[in-house]
Amino acid sequence: MWKSIWGRATLIAVLTATSIVLVLPSLTDILPVAWTEKSPKIHLGLDLQGGVFLRLAVEIDKAIENTTMRYADDARAIMREKGIPVFSLAKDGIDGFSLTLPPGDFADRAMRVLKEEAGTIDYTLGSVTSSGATIKGRMPPSEVQAIRANAVTQGVETIRNRIDQFGVREPQIIAEGEDRIVVQLPGVKDQRRAIELVGKTALLEFKLVDEGASVEEALKGNLPEGDQLLYVKNVDPQTGRLSKTPIVVKARAVLTGDTIKTARVNFQSQRGGAYVGLSFDNRGAQIFDRVTAENVKRRLAIVLDDTVYSAPVIQERISGGDAQITGSFTAEEASDLAIVLRAGSLPAPVKIIQNVSVGPSLGRDSIEKGIRAAIIGAILVVGFMVVYYRFAGLVADVALIFNILFLLAGMSLLQATLTLPGIAGIILAIGMAVDSNVLIFERIREELRSKKTVRASIDAGYDKAFWTVVDSHVTTLITAMILFQFGTGPIKGFAVTLSMGVAINLFTALVCTKVVFDYLNARRPMQALSI
Amino acid sequence: MLEIIKGTNIDFMRLKKYSFAFSGAVVMIGLYAVFQIFTGGGNLGIDLAGGTSLQVRFEQQVQMDQVRKVLTSGGFPEASLQSVPGENIYIIKVSAKGGGEKMVGEKVETLLRQGFPSNPQTVESVAEIGPAIGKKLRTDALFALAVSALAIIVYLAWRFEFKFGVAAALATFHDVIMLVAIFYLLDREMDLLFITALLTIGGYSLTDTVVIFDRIRENIRLRKRSTFSETINLSVNEVLSRTVITSLTTFMACIALLLFGGVVLKDFSLALAIGIIIGTYSSVFVASPIVARWRGEKMVQVKR
Repeated sequence: MWKSIWGRATLIAVLTATSIVLVLPSLTDILPVAWTEKSPKIHLGLDLQGGVFLRLAVEIDKAIENTTMRYADDARAIMREKGIPVFSLAKDGIDGFSLTLPPGDFADRAMRVLKEEAGTIDYTLGSVTSSGATIKGRMPPSEVQAIRANAVTQGVETIRNRIDQFGVREPQIIAEGEDRIVVQLPGVKDQRRAIELVGKTALLEFKLVDEGASVEEALKGNLPEGDQLLYVKNVDPQTGRLSKTPIVVKARAVLTGDTIKTARVNFQSQRGGAYVGLSFDNRGAQIFDRVTAENVKRRLAIVLDDTVYSAPVIQERISGGDAQITGSFTAEEASDLAIVLRAGSLPAPVKIIQNVSVGPSLGRDSIEKGIRAAIIGAILVVGFMVVYYRFAGLVADVALIFNILFLLAGMSLLQATLTLPGIAGIILAIGMAVDSNVLIFERIREELRSKKTVRASIDAGYDKAFWTVVDSHVTTLITAMILFQFGTGPIKGFAVTLSMGVAINLFTALVCTKVVFDYLNARRPMQALSI
Repeated sequence: MLEIIKGTNIDFMRLKKYSFAFSGAVVMIGLYAVFQIFTGGGNLGIDLAGGTSLQVRFEQQVQMDQVRKVLTSGGFPEASLQSVPGENIYIIKVSAKGGGEKMVGEKVETLLRQGFPSNPQTVESVAEIGPAIGKKLRTDALFALAVSALAIIVYLAWRFEFKFGVAAALATFHDVIMLVAIFYLLDREMDLLFITALLTIGGYSLTDTVVIFDRIRENIRLRKRSTFSETINLSVNEVLSRTVITSLTTFMACIALLLFGGVVLKDFSLALAIGIIIGTYSSVFVASPIVARWRGEKMVQVKR
């Protein structure tokens, strides 16, 4: 008898000591570093510490379409260089395009030029009639597949890069399924900025302004072949009002952001405005050199995600491989722009389909309220048990405290995430935890009424209630597990605390309380039980 | 010995025609509510329906109709407004129902900033849910409810017998539907936390039912009474004090949550509190009578 009691008591003592060691780092900051450093901790969910949760849909089809059209623009430009006129260029599905040539004997030559100089795309000669010829270009399936496979993984990589440079502790950026990315940024304060930073495609292009084209005509829909109508974004520094000025540019980009080596924020000393300084890699510098040399006194538009930031006049040839993006930036905007330019553009545009942002003050508020509710709930339950079951109630209360301690220790060990619904789960588990002891105590009372000895009543009470307790716990566990499976974020947290609380309760309610009664009986058979 | 319930001998089985009528009526309302929800009616939370929700704290006091006016003039006349008592906090929800844009958080923020220039605001939380996500969460929730019902039937069929399993599952289903009915009638919002409450209450009510079934099984074996109905009555009376006390402690915990847990958990804890009452009611008045009707009055042993 004694042996079994000491065995169980030792087990409980060891578990308690271990639990305290595990739990303390999550509760206080005053411990020595050696202790807290390596010890696992309970994580706070985004709803408690504040932060941003984003689910992005990666628009892969758009990426395929964009790539295809870039090839199409290239093809047209090449033909132009070779003196082959192109009548029109049209989209053909997401991975194809067709070029229409004017009447004349161009088709064969065009095919030859395209095959030699604009690889990657498969070209087929369509109808050749007296009114002209059509050449169809299609992206090979292997290429489409590569874009598809790349869009999400590379997107995750790029976003991680940006976030790292923005400075977020423990960000989580993961691919979800085939075309989703989930971004979690705990503790981010400037939330709108962070969201901007994640969601921006950041495709930087340099495009020549078509000085010959009329903006008025373009606005009416008469756009010259090969041109594009864009808008210059302008923010009035006094009023903060946003204005947009239309501008016609050549659709083909002379240079894109993938040739950027570095980007950083600089300040103009006179006006105090911020701008972003770029330096290109070797290839970029060469192209930039050639383009500026060929187009002195013409304007070059700097286009980010189809918005023109500025369109400065090229004053002279620029050979150093450096450029500047000026615009009406605030320091923050310039710094974020530099980040996205350094991290590179997303391979495919993304759309935010879910955004849950919680400010840090609300998170703090939630923790305070949650803990207060938990303490009040616990006091109510504990008080009730003592009033109703006297000494036995006290024993159950001690078991309840063990239950909570072990639960927190288990959560630390698993590095589980505590959410606001998770706190609710703990409170609910407190309410339900005493159920096992209520079941047992009611059973013991019944046995006592049938005039059994105290010791026999206690044993019979535990014995008979055992399977009832197990059955009732398993059913709760089943629903909690299913919640865990289907639930997201906060709700998962609820399932975690509830199921762990219930499972641990089996041990504390059945073992921890029994050992107290066994100990009292072993010293000297109890004559009366305060229950 | 302090006892709330002492040696009761209530004829619960005689009350079953009243309870069946009552439950039947409420379940009908609940089914109607479920039908409404799936055909686009009902007060669905934006996490299930898609839409935008903002919690905004104003520096100074502001009247609700002023906020409403600003929202209406900015193109959100159908936005729902909720104020947090005692604080200058408003919860603004723009549902995606009836088409329109879903992610309007930034628009609403700008609108308020311009509408109340002398009363600065902090946006404490934003949730923007696209319709595809809402739809996925809706079907997920339904799936979770179905799977848990099935898992419970299987477990109880294994531990007791098939009829007990089905009766318990029916009682659980009854609780869930009844809770939906009550929330529908109260016009409370049903969101993901509400679904969580439904599953929790399902589990809780099941615990209650299992405790009573357990006692029924034991009393059949001990042959304390001659008919099944009498055995049920005896069993329910025997465990009544436990039923009441456990419900009481869990209920107390939920009330603490309801009163002190803050605005986010308010409807959730309300659902739990109501659900505990329903769960207790259903294990006494729904689950056991179903078994009695189905099994007949013969005292066939239940496997152990």
